[in-house]
Amino acid sequence: MNVHLRQRALWLVWSVVLLASLAAVVVLNRRASAGSVAGVASGFSRTDNRTDGLARFGFTLDESAKRLGVDALHQGPTFDAQLEHIMPQVASMGAAVAVADFDRDGWPDFYVTSSGEGSLNHLYRNQGDGTFKDVAGAMGVADVNREGTGVSMGAVWGDYDNDGFDDLFLYKYGRPELFHNDAGRGFTPVGEKAGLPRWVNANAAVWFDYDRDGRLDLFLAGYWSEDVDLWHLKTTRIMPESFEYAENGGRKYLFHNLGDGRFEETALKLGLTSRRWTLAAAAADLAGTGYPDLFLANDYGIPQLYRNQGGKGFVEAGRDAGVALTPKSGMNAAFGDIFNDGRLSIYKTNISEPGVLVQANDLWVPKKGSTGEYEDLASSLGVDLGGWSWGAQFGDLNNDGTLDLYLTNGYVSAGERSSYWYDFAVIATGHSAIIGDAKNWPAMRGRSLSGYQRKRVWMNDGLGRFTDVAQVVGVTDTFDGRAVALADLSNTGVLDVIVANQRGPLLVYKNRVQPGRHWIAFELEGRASNRSAIGARVELQWGGRTQVQEVSGGSGFSAQNDRRLHYGLGASTAVERVSIRWPSGRHQTIDHPRIDALTRIVEPE
Amino acid sequence: MTRRFSFDNRFLGPILITGILIAAHLSFGILEGYSRTGLAIAVAIAAELLLGRLTYGRFPHLASAYITGISVGILVRSPFLWAYALASLISIVSKYVLRYKGRHLWNPSNFGVSAELFLAPATVSLLSIQWGNTLWPMVVIWVLGAVIVWRVGRLHISATYVASFLLFSVVRSVITGNPWLASVAPITGPMYQLFIFFMVTDPKTTVGPRWAQLVVVFIVAFVEMLLRLAEVVYAPFYALFLVGPVSLFIESLLAAKPQRSSSTSTSPAVA
Repeated sequence: MNVHLRQRALWLVWSVVLLASLAAVVVLNRRASAGSVAGVASGFSRTDNRTDGLARFGFTLDESAKRLGVDALHQGPTFDAQLEHIMPQVASMGAAVAVADFDRDGWPDFYVTSSGEGSLNHLYRNQGDGTFKDVAGAMGVADVNREGTGVSMGAVWGDYDNDGFDDLFLYKYGRPELFHNDAGRGFTPVGEKAGLPRWVNANAAVWFDYDRDGRLDLFLAGYWSEDVDLWHLKTTRIMPESFEYAENGGRKYLFHNLGDGRFEETALKLGLTSRRWTLAAAAADLAGTGYPDLFLANDYGIPQLYRNQGGKGFVEAGRDAGVALTPKSGMNAAFGDIFNDGRLSIYKTNISEPGVLVQANDLWVPKKGSTGEYEDLASSLGVDLGGWSWGAQFGDLNNDGTLDLYLTNGYVSAGERSSYWYDFAVIATGHSAIIGDAKNWPAMRGRSLSGYQRKRVWMNDGLGRFTDVAQVVGVTDTFDGRAVALADLSNTGVLDVIVANQRGPLLVYKNRVQPGRHWIAFELEGRASNRSAIGARVELQWGGRTQVQEVSGGSGFSAQNDRRLHYGLGASTAVERVSIRWPSGRHQTIDHPRIDALTRIVEPE
Repeated sequence: MTRRFSFDNRFLGPILITGILIAAHLSFGILEGYSRTGLAIAVAIAAELLLGRLTYGRFPHLASAYITGISVGILVRSPFLWAYALASLISIVSKYVLRYKGRHLWNPSNFGVSAELFLAPATVSLLSIQWGNTLWPMVVIWVLGAVIVWRVGRLHISATYVASFLLFSVVRSVITGNPWLASVAPITGPMYQLFIFFMVTDPKTTVGPRWAQLVVVFIVAFVEMLLRLAEVVYAPFYALFLVGPVSLFIESLLAAKPQRSSSTSTSPAVA
């Protein structure tokens, strides 16, 4: 063949290769962005969708807040006028929910925050008849956003004095408060006696017994620096010094419970020296030492994994573990045994905005056979792209025996046809001298920033793949979601979903699961361990499967699930064994526990 | 006089960009992972070897392909490995397909990255972060980059682009009402340093005459301003994508001889 012809033939071949490559990009992008999304057949009404969801996935979620008597509407704060031009984004958090049976009547209740100056928080008491009543005012935990004291950002329940009633810790952009539960009849503020600091701009807190002395300790994470009063700015140089490497956020606090109502602050002494912008924290025994480790999801940077050194201190091990290599915008920390093999994976949410920023969420799964190393399997499993993701929780929503994942999202929903993303992307690339000063940030002018986003309900097929079924099972809201908490609100063996939305209504998605799917639940009470049993590790064995869960003192984003542990069993009609490792170190085994029932277990003396 | 030591300028680009990558990753962890950048480099080199050998009957110098691969590896942000492999493949193949009178029209990595950004917005984004919180890494890279592009006779292009960007940032600030520091913020980031030192200076895809190079890079900055006013996040890449080939096409049309003397010049960067 002559040279010219050969050249032309090769050019044609390369042209085909180029076109094929471009086509492959389009196809792969479409496939990846759709992920595994269960479709809704056209022409289906919403009721039809739910019927479809029940048949196809074994459950449906029906938003029922008003019917249940839940009418909370979150209000946002208004900070110093120097932040007026970017107020929607700096005042973009504070919608939180935490579940606990505060009056020990056997029905889970929940506390809901609001963040407007002077607005009221809510404590919804479960009346046991399918309705709730807001008793926050009567109980003394409603009027907590008074001017000069800051506004609520979240709350966590934990029985710090082991009297059998869960106490309430409220964290704020402002003065944190600890409310002692007076036997379910009211709450008394005891923060001053406890020795809490005067002002912390916090977005995360966790109860855990880090030294296993039988008393709950408290971790509190600052977001903005604690010397910033957002209502009275001395300077506008309060913003993160970097979009990816900021370490000028709030300090961390570890309040060691002294047992007499007082706490000793020990964070720096025990190695918790971070000044990253923490948005979420959760504790669990990730290394199998018996002591709880601490995972922090940080905005503007890498996450941090603090390994517990036998209760005597913490060592930051995120880089060694492989979870802290890439800086992102962390907003959630939740643990789940997604493969039913006893390994707790970590789910951290981040930002993904098509065409601008694709950080993707992280699902850190422990490597088999390694000593504490993780690999990110979010993309492989299909739980990576969730928009501007906020709170997420693991739970078996359809009682099939595997943990599913509920995620809420959306940052600022304002003008539907206008976006702040371009300006946000521009300022985010700036040097610290630029990004760190609020006055350099372009004005938002009523524009949205990742607003009106569709939520994700990822069903775990147990084989390593998650499918988003949100639209099919009835989760169709597009509010700016923040906190997600799971609880069996009606004691019927199904996990309901409570979602707190920023400047929006609190949503309660009541769950309906296909008949014939079995379940089991446990309510643990410590004796030598902390009474709330936070940190107890429960391994369930049934039908050749094993699933581990830990009792948590706060997880997700600004949220706390019901501490009662719920397991779906699928079609199995028997459980072989439940093994409990109490925080005290004691082990307990129960053979053949009763299924389709909640079992209360008290730690053996 | 015999030279005791000679240095092939084609290695300058790879050395600089590798230095930037290593320094940035060790300091700030900017990479998504070594595997992704490694994949981008491997695909670019493999494609260059294969296409070059089959097309021209010889193995090409790999500096260009290496820079293409490493640029893709640094710039592309995606949770998916295919995004890195395909961006590199598209970049290299485009050199062999999109040609006019013997010249390829697009800077390879500019073409590959722009195409992916346009075709895969949901799964691909671009490096858009800054150099940590201190000024020194940025200053070091600016100085090193300037010395190297000066050594290969391309500093005037980079300097003109920077001056034009600063000028147009003032214009944008006046039009949008945004603070000037916000308008100028992007140029403080690593994405722009790669763009300024490795893309707009690429001798294979810039016009020949010195004055024309200045005009073209000024127009690139101008088009970028227009795109930024239209709130296009990846404005510099799209601006070069649009202006570069048009300018080369016009030059080729006007040229009496299709072969440019500079086509075999030492290149600081052929990204």
